[in-house]
Amino acid sequence: MTAAPMSLMKEFDLARAGVTPEAALRELNLWLHRGLTPDGPKQVRVLHPDGAHSIAAGVDADISIDVLGHAGYYVAGMNKHATVTVHGNAGTGAAENMMSGLVRIKGFASNSAGASAHGGTLVIEGDASLRCGISLKGGDIVVGGSAGSFTAFMAQAGRIVICGDAGDALGDSLYEAVIYVRGKVASLGADARFEEMTPADLESLRELLGIAGFNHDPASFRKVASSRSLYHWNADANQEY
Amino acid sequence: MCGIVGLLMKNPAWDERLGELLVPMLVGMTERGPDSAGMAVFGKPTPGQTRLSFFHLHGEPDWHAVNTAIVDAVLGTHRVDANGRHAIIHTDSDGEAIRALLKERFPAIVALAAGSRIQLYKDIGTPAAIASRYRFGDFTGTHAVGHTRMATESAVTPDRAHPFTAGRDFCLVHNGSLSNPHLVRRQLEPLGIRFDTDNDTEAACRFLEWRMREGDAVDAAIEKGFEALDGFFTFLIGTADGLALVRDPFACKPAIVAETDDYVAISSEFRSLAHLPGVSHAKLFEPQPRTIYHWSRA
Repeated sequence: MTAAPMSLMKEFDLARAGVTPEAALRELNLWLHRGLTPDGPKQVRVLHPDGAHSIAAGVDADISIDVLGHAGYYVAGMNKHATVTVHGNAGTGAAENMMSGLVRIKGFASNSAGASAHGGTLVIEGDASLRCGISLKGGDIVVGGSAGSFTAFMAQAGRIVICGDAGDALGDSLYEAVIYVRGKVASLGADARFEEMTPADLESLRELLGIAGFNHDPASFRKVASSRSLYHWNADANQEY
Repeated sequence: MCGIVGLLMKNPAWDERLGELLVPMLVGMTERGPDSAGMAVFGKPTPGQTRLSFFHLHGEPDWHAVNTAIVDAVLGTHRVDANGRHAIIHTDSDGEAIRALLKERFPAIVALAAGSRIQLYKDIGTPAAIASRYRFGDFTGTHAVGHTRMATESAVTPDRAHPFTAGRDFCLVHNGSLSNPHLVRRQLEPLGIRFDTDNDTEAACRFLEWRMREGDAVDAAIEKGFEALDGFFTFLIGTADGLALVRDPFACKPAIVAETDDYVAISSEFRSLAHLPGVSHAKLFEPQPRTIYHWSRA
């Protein structure tokens, strides 16, 4: 969080007296959707988020938003262009369907973080729960801690970096997304396999770790990708994969 | 959907605040469960005493008539604490004769709970309305579980609201749905286990209590539950000793725990914990799937 002149900083307190948290949240999101002007504030602070849902969801602007506490479901969902930092934990569906921009969760993220994100980068400094990056469509996710079971389930495009361990069924039914994992993998999902790291993979990983600010050696990661055996119907497989 | 909440005071000095702190947790889960709510409170036992929780399903309750009937039947020393359509009967017996009498004489009254520590309240309406109707905020005790219901599996009636109980000093709240409650029920009924409703959670509650009555510790009972119960669940279980929490292997339903030196608080979502004193310094974590957590309190 860099300091900005007060005129360029706007603050929303979701727990301020005289307004329900729901009304305060609507006011914040309405301003983020319709209240921005070219000369207006470029930095927003959200106080007392207290687990409210949909904080800064649907933003389509180059603006920096700091959420000072724990966020509920769908924080920064559908984000486009904005930089959103949650200085706490995030509930289910953080940065769900993100299009672009940067979303950073300083704590842990609950289920389905980054689900179906088309673009942008989601950084989770703590652990990610189950189904992180489910149906990922081109976004990047960097998890500083460990990721739960079914990470990258049916992920189609994009990159997922796990600096800690991965749970069961990592990369189940993966398409063209790739996973880089540094720790133990409880189990790989159907059609997922370990592959050799190429120089391009190392470069890609170095870039993502740099954005996230994690100081790991790219060579300490393994790559998981699709073996593409589910891409075509195989009548001889007896439906056992 | 549905919301679950639980609070266990690690510091006995906080027992007085159990209801005061739990009500905002329950009300915070209104969006997850606006149609019914309930709360089971566990307090210090009075030696030799049983607490029976009753609910009057329809019509005007006449707890005075209930009191008179118990006196006339000479069923030991007792006290009826009426609270609207709820009443807690304190008795120096094991309570079985009182339950049998009420079942025979007062068909509109259902028994909700029995034990030396548990008192149970549940009804239909918003969590705030129910908490206010039965003055949940005034309750004191060592630990409590609460539930806000958005019905999917059976009708919206007070007796189908959570918590469900079985046996003594045992209750369960559930976020999720079970796909095989009728199968479980068909396994238990031949053993003489009786069901009060057609609700899926009641099947889980009676299954787990049956296992514990057969000698399983709560962990072993839940392990058997993983095999017997098919569906999605976060279960929060209240016993005389404390609370147990478990999520299904896919962790489809949320849960978060906040623990300090003074209390452990459990909720479906953080927004129900945000008001708790000291929560900014609490250890916060999401329970792992298929992992049993418990917290004890003497």
